[in-house]
Amino acid sequence: MQDVVIDLAYIVAAMLFVMGIKMLGRAATARRGNLVSAVGMLIAVLATLLAGGINYAWIVVGIVVGGAIGASVARRVHMTQMPETVALLNGSGGLASLLVGWVEYLADPRPDTITATAIFLAVLIGGITVSGSVVAWMKLAERITGKPIQFGAQQVINGVIVLGALVIGVLLVSDPAGSYPLLLVAIAASLALGVLAVLPIGGADMPIVISLLNSYSGLAVSATGFVIDNTVLIVVGALVGASGLILTQIMCRAMNRSLGNVLFSGFGSAVHASTMAAEGEIKPLSPEDAYYILEAAATVVIVPGYGMAVAQAQHVVKEFADLLEANGTEVRFVIHPVAGRMPGHMNVLLAEANVPYEQLVEPPDVNPTMETIDVAGVIGANDVVNPAAREDEGSPLYGMPIIDVDKARTTFVLKRSMNPGFSGVENPLFYKPNTRMIFGDAKAVMSALVSEFKDA
Amino acid sequence: MTILLLLFTFVLAAFLGLELISKVPSQLHTPLMSGTNAIAGIVLVGAIAATKVDGWFGTLLAVLAVALATINVVGGYIVTDRMLAMFRAGAKKD
Repeated sequence: MQDVVIDLAYIVAAMLFVMGIKMLGRAATARRGNLVSAVGMLIAVLATLLAGGINYAWIVVGIVVGGAIGASVARRVHMTQMPETVALLNGSGGLASLLVGWVEYLADPRPDTITATAIFLAVLIGGITVSGSVVAWMKLAERITGKPIQFGAQQVINGVIVLGALVIGVLLVSDPAGSYPLLLVAIAASLALGVLAVLPIGGADMPIVISLLNSYSGLAVSATGFVIDNTVLIVVGALVGASGLILTQIMCRAMNRSLGNVLFSGFGSAVHASTMAAEGEIKPLSPEDAYYILEAAATVVIVPGYGMAVAQAQHVVKEFADLLEANGTEVRFVIHPVAGRMPGHMNVLLAEANVPYEQLVEPPDVNPTMETIDVAGVIGANDVVNPAAREDEGSPLYGMPIIDVDKARTTFVLKRSMNPGFSGVENPLFYKPNTRMIFGDAKAVMSALVSEFKDA
Repeated sequence: MTILLLLFTFVLAAFLGLELISKVPSQLHTPLMSGTNAIAGIVLVGAIAATKVDGWFGTLLAVLAVALATINVVGGYIVTDRMLAMFRAGAKKD
């Protein structure tokens, strides 16, 4: 009877998850969708607690401690830190799958072939997810360099570890009873594999990596479901694994790249030699002089990027846009799908600053009429406005859809320094004749511009 | 036979997952990733079941798994909700 109730609850939970994911994909229903899926989670967990033989005292300890950590981290992090936070949360789920696989082996060291296979997969995929997520987090939080880390025999070493892991898997499955040391080796190999797989990928591609690792964590969950014959784990893990894969693909398409290219090209490493040397000179401009040009402009587009996020400049940018509008200028924000460190990063920040929805446009909406724009203001964006993506076949960015700010009558680029962008690629935009560089922290410069307008 | 049924379930669910999302507007990519990441925290169900294990070491691992999965669930839902709450505020104006 108990089992029937639990299974029925699992069916309800699975339905709620399906509805939740569906609703998350549409702007109007997204927030409710998240709630629907949270209710599904609650039902699934409560139902599981009905089962006998589990250790309630320790479960309470684990849930209270984990809940407190999760809630405090999630409430405290700033919107600019969202990408790396998702990476860490994902890693913690991956580690949980690994541990469940490990524990199930300890509980029954003589599993049948199928269970042994599932344990191996849960540990392997879970391990890759956790160590890969931690490396992605370190790259995004700039604990280690965002540049691709590559060394000579990397591909060979990775290949050997993959082969080794497969051999371990076969040995483990063929003789599960005497293979506890092998399981430990498999854990070590999976952790190493996650690190080695993510190290050679550039920081700019971390969102795609996190999305892919999210998909992996779903598969790891499915594997644990096969270990303990639990349908809700299998179904929900498969849902997350498959939808995560589609999302990863959608993100790759936004950058006009293939997944293979993202994972194996070492994109943004110094190895790529550009065929086009940057020509021309840098023309710096002071905020005062920028004010005179802006004051006379009829149309302005603003292109925000990661620089705006780190400087926390979204509120002052919004204030600036309001002042321009009050001055009779038409202002629009052009959001590149991959601006910032995560797709949608800029939308989140500008929404936080109450920028109205209708002011946000996508690159195809403005690119055809860019020649008629008086001023294109680039605030801390770099790769998404790099004309090399259009003009330079030797550039690693070549083929990526960009915002054609170089075609505007005047282009302002707000930047802290001349350092190249997150991808590490030189930007010829800075040297174009109609480009003016305004150096400084995005918030400081925007505040200066705002006070110019207010004093006038 | 059971394993075949489970595999059948897995394959169907995977296909459902493939069909479930398409043409997501780019501003929803991050919340969607974060939301499905919270759902992957369902491994909490497995972690709870794993506390059946005997012995202190197994119990330690299982409790650790419960805590980690709970971090994933609670943190994931809150973070996603915070992001989506902002879109609401922005969209209210139209």
